[in-house]
Amino acid sequence: MTLASWWLDLCLCGVLLTVAWHLLATPDLHKAVILFIAFGLMLALVWVRLEAVDVALAEAAIGSGLTGALLWSALARMEMKRRRPSGDDGRDDGPGASS
Amino acid sequence: MGPVQAPDRGRRWGLRYCCGTLLCLVWGMLVLALFELPDQWPGLLPQARAQLARSGVEHPVTAVLLNFRSYDTLLEVLVLFLAVLGVWSLGFIEPGPGRSPAGPLLAALVRLLLPVLVLASTYLLVRGTYGPGGAFQAGALLGTAGVLLLLSDVPISRAWFALPLKVALTGGPVVFLAVATFPSLRGGALLQYPVELAGALILLVEVAATLSIAAALFVLFAGGRPQEATPALPPAGDDNGEEV
Amino acid sequence: MPPSFLLYALVGVTLLVLGLYAAISHAHLGRKILAVNVMGSGVFLLFLALAVRSGAGSPDPVPQAMVLTGIVVAVCATALALILACRIQAMTGRAYLAGEEDPEISS
Repeated sequence: MTLASWWLDLCLCGVLLTVAWHLLATPDLHKAVILFIAFGLMLALVWVRLEAVDVALAEAAIGSGLTGALLWSALARMEMKRRRPSGDDGRDDGPGASS
Repeated sequence: MGPVQAPDRGRRWGLRYCCGTLLCLVWGMLVLALFELPDQWPGLLPQARAQLARSGVEHPVTAVLLNFRSYDTLLEVLVLFLAVLGVWSLGFIEPGPGRSPAGPLLAALVRLLLPVLVLASTYLLVRGTYGPGGAFQAGALLGTAGVLLLLSDVPISRAWFALPLKVALTGGPVVFLAVATFPSLRGGALLQYPVELAGALILLVEVAATLSIAAALFVLFAGGRPQEATPALPPAGDDNGEEV
Repeated sequence: MPPSFLLYALVGVTLLVLGLYAAISHAHLGRKILAVNVMGSGVFLLFLALAVRSGAGSPDPVPQAMVLTGIVVAVCATALALILACRIQAMTGRAYLAGEEDPEISS
């Protein structure tokens, strides 16, 4: 195990754990979904490092991209339904709106 | 909320500390179990390599996925179908409330990206026989092409959602089940492909599974049953009061 | 150079436990779904870390196939769970289960 590969592994794992912590602890749901997409892409890098290229392809496409899109669209729908009873007009959900 | 919140909050934090401590114990036990595992463990790699020549493909992961453990993949395709049934039965596709219309940038991007996505998905599908790739990755790319179509407000004729979508959705499970039961008609066991036909059968199953996965991911993102092409007739079997 | 399996397996176990804690302690349904997804990713990381121990140049293909299946099943379950959460929100007006306080007001 060379020093460079150890360093690569440590950096990958450190980034993975940090992104996971922030994604689970942040109070803003939109930020959590975006961090989840980033988490999925970092995980795809980890799969490549573990020599599982098929899994990396599937994770980048389905695990990160599609799940992120699903989460975002569902959260936007839940936001609008929650905001509607208070009498807001149906303006669109910008990325700056926090939950 | 009410004025009595402080003792509730104290009890909630106490509960959280208990949970956290228990989970730390669980983490510790799992880590101890990890340290007991051997550093080198060939697993099933030798067996997979030994049988690779008879599996019909040249990539071990594809061989495991579609020949050696094809029962798992069959059940997975059925699980995908079940998820689509669940989402389909919960309501109609409704447009995202208050979504801003797609701009010209997205329309131009979709016009450029869709052919590339279809080409890349076909490439991944065929590449699965000799390298990393296969039905799931190809289906994922086609599914994201469908999602892009939805997001970019391209007017899709409703006729595409009637028969072609249903054929694509059911094609995967039906073809896989047919290929699975076909050897038993000739005296073999379930999913026991004859060696000279294994490659062709795997490719057939992969093509059907790709279309099925793409359609399923599209429906899962769209979030419901597509409204039928004829708005005059009420949807069959729907009596929960939702209007078309 | 094959990576050491122990580091990645530890990270996988940590992700699993972190996700479990978040799934228990958050009240908002969308957060619970996110946390369960993180748990799933931790399990996949554990699987593939155990697969890389084969030491013969390429990792064990069976856990890779299982993880591939697992990713697709996880996205199916996530999609169904999100649609259910949207329906709960539409029918009851709350995005959290009955018996829990509003997550936006407390903590």
